[in-house]
Amino acid sequence: MAQLAAEGKAAEVLFWVGCAGSFDARAQKVTVAFCKILNEAKVDFAILGTEESCTGDPARRAGNEFVFQMTALQNVEVLNMYGVKKIVTACPHCFNTIKNEYPDLGGNYEVIHHTQFIQDLIADGRLKIQEGGVFEGKKITYHDSCYLGRVNGVYEAPRSILESLDNDLVELKRSRANGLCCGAGGAQMFKEDEPGDKRINTERVEEAINSGASIIAANCPFCITMLSDGVKSFDKQEEVMVFDLAELIVNNNKL
Amino acid sequence: MLASIIFILITAGAFYFAGKKFMKIRRNILLGKEEVLIQDSSQRIKNTFLIAFGQKKMFKRFIPAIFHFFIYAAFLLTQIELIEIFIDGIFGQHRFFYNYLGGFYTFIISIIEILSVLAFVATLIFLIRRNLLKIPRFHKPEMNGWPKLDGNIILYLEILLLIFVFTMNGTDEVLHQRGLSHAHGAQGIGSFNFAISDFMGPFLFGGIESETTLHLLERVGWWGHILVVFAFLNYLPISKHLHIILAFPNTYWAKLSSRGQMANMPEIMNEVKSMMDPNAAFDDTAMSEEIPEFGAKDIFDLSWRDILGAYTCTECGRCTSVCPANITGKKLSPRKIMMDIRDRVEEVGLNLDTGKIEFISPTKKEEGATLSSSNYEDGKNLFDYIQKEELHACTTCNACVEACPVMINPLEPILKLRRYEILTESAGPSDWVPMFTSIENTGSVWAIPDARDKWTELLKED
Repeated sequence: MAQLAAEGKAAEVLFWVGCAGSFDARAQKVTVAFCKILNEAKVDFAILGTEESCTGDPARRAGNEFVFQMTALQNVEVLNMYGVKKIVTACPHCFNTIKNEYPDLGGNYEVIHHTQFIQDLIADGRLKIQEGGVFEGKKITYHDSCYLGRVNGVYEAPRSILESLDNDLVELKRSRANGLCCGAGGAQMFKEDEPGDKRINTERVEEAINSGASIIAANCPFCITMLSDGVKSFDKQEEVMVFDLAELIVNNNKL
Repeated sequence: MLASIIFILITAGAFYFAGKKFMKIRRNILLGKEEVLIQDSSQRIKNTFLIAFGQKKMFKRFIPAIFHFFIYAAFLLTQIELIEIFIDGIFGQHRFFYNYLGGFYTFIISIIEILSVLAFVATLIFLIRRNLLKIPRFHKPEMNGWPKLDGNIILYLEILLLIFVFTMNGTDEVLHQRGLSHAHGAQGIGSFNFAISDFMGPFLFGGIESETTLHLLERVGWWGHILVVFAFLNYLPISKHLHIILAFPNTYWAKLSSRGQMANMPEIMNEVKSMMDPNAAFDDTAMSEEIPEFGAKDIFDLSWRDILGAYTCTECGRCTSVCPANITGKKLSPRKIMMDIRDRVEEVGLNLDTGKIEFISPTKKEEGATLSSSNYEDGKNLFDYIQKEELHACTTCNACVEACPVMINPLEPILKLRRYEILTESAGPSDWVPMFTSIENTGSVWAIPDARDKWTELLKED
């Protein structure tokens, strides 16, 4: 972004990578996959690079408003300095915080989740999905993340992407507004579970395995971590894979 | 005449005592903080109409919803009949409207009778669901004792009410068929033609020869009906059944902004802003002497809407049954959080009623001071009811918010209590500390020495 600004240019959209997308080895693959899609569709995008900070979601939900305000106000300052208007992100937590919480802090942007963005690219004909791809007829199930689904009401865009892959979508019993959390939200990702009978991701993965699907499609880096851990706890990592929707597109189109 | 006087006295007493209790609940709700709300009355009216009146969210679970609807519809329509009962009771009449409305009267009472039968069936099914079927949400720890009894008492009252209604209509039908009914306009031998009592009356009471017994039973039905209604009215304020009233204001005042938006804390935002602004560094007007308290420790720190929600809760447990933490055996139960808030506010309310100066905070004990919500202190707070372990288990997934049929939001008080623990007590799960420190120092949730854009190298590799 800084580079473009120096050249006096502006990008079509800012790709907000997020902490997971930047640092987590698994989520980095999603970041790369999404970049490939953006390049394939010839989208003129920019990143903030080192000027990006955590949106503050886990700090705020843990109860630490000070840390949230510090990082969030800094982000708002950077985004406003570059005159950013449109943001796309592959993390539903970043998506939610920037979209719903930054306006109170003086940050008003059009915020889109990457599944919505990809769906738009497909709808506009900018991204062609290769027919007869590897997922044709495959049983795939979809896990609604809380912050994209129930919290922000985005249920259709991810499903329409799956539809375009011509696979056999098996809905989980608890889906859409009734979707079950993966267990990472509300800063749970960063702490040990409270005492209980089982882990939340185990409960969710059990449901996904019982659906008979060989792929669990997700839209959130934290869900992917949780679900992958869950699959491992059942020792099913050979039979059931967890992928982000962007990765499915990249695999299908062999990008 | 005597009956009229007795009726008027009982009615006045029932309304007086119930009114007093309802005013206390209003006072208790307003112990919560004021809050700036989105002013969009058309959206709020729409929500109230669809969700409270129309029971839209109830129907997410069809079987209980349909039986609940029978009871609800019967309850709503019975209110029309109550108008007549009041007129009859005050003026010593008998079926005052029958003479004037004729066929329409038969129609209305018939509908009420049909709904009453459906409500009777529904009530039996609910008793079975609550007591015989092992439906997990009715058997969580917070349901032990009074909440369980409370749930059953209402159903017993419901059955009693319906027995009285059909005794009243059934005996009157038999009397009418013998030309003995006292109903206004029911001269001679005939029939009221009410949908159910037309055949159920003769079936149940047709064998009774004595006219006196029939008249007596008819009066027992009539008085029994209205006395159960009055008992119900006075029972509501101490019962979870209060939802029949509060569901409406609670839905009306429910959060309209996005579920994903946690309430901003301008006091902290402004302090951080002044920290970031070099020009404001010496402006100390924002700093106050007192160490401020953030978040919620007690009911006084919650919004009045949180307390309204607590009083609205009918303990159905739909929230708890979808809570990922609860499903996996953690202590958190969103329903319990709301029940705890109600129990705590009731405790504070009762203490305030005593007016005892021992409840005045030692720091605010001035000469001649009287006990009020502003100087109240009993050495307890919400954390005596809610364990931190419960709060720590929340994933903020909003499933409880989605599940509540009457728009209670258990997540908001949970997050306010978390804020108290973290910001005011500087406590909380120690696992979170590295995350906080890392965001503060490196701008990332994990302290990783790599540059934030190092991943771009992966893109070049491909």
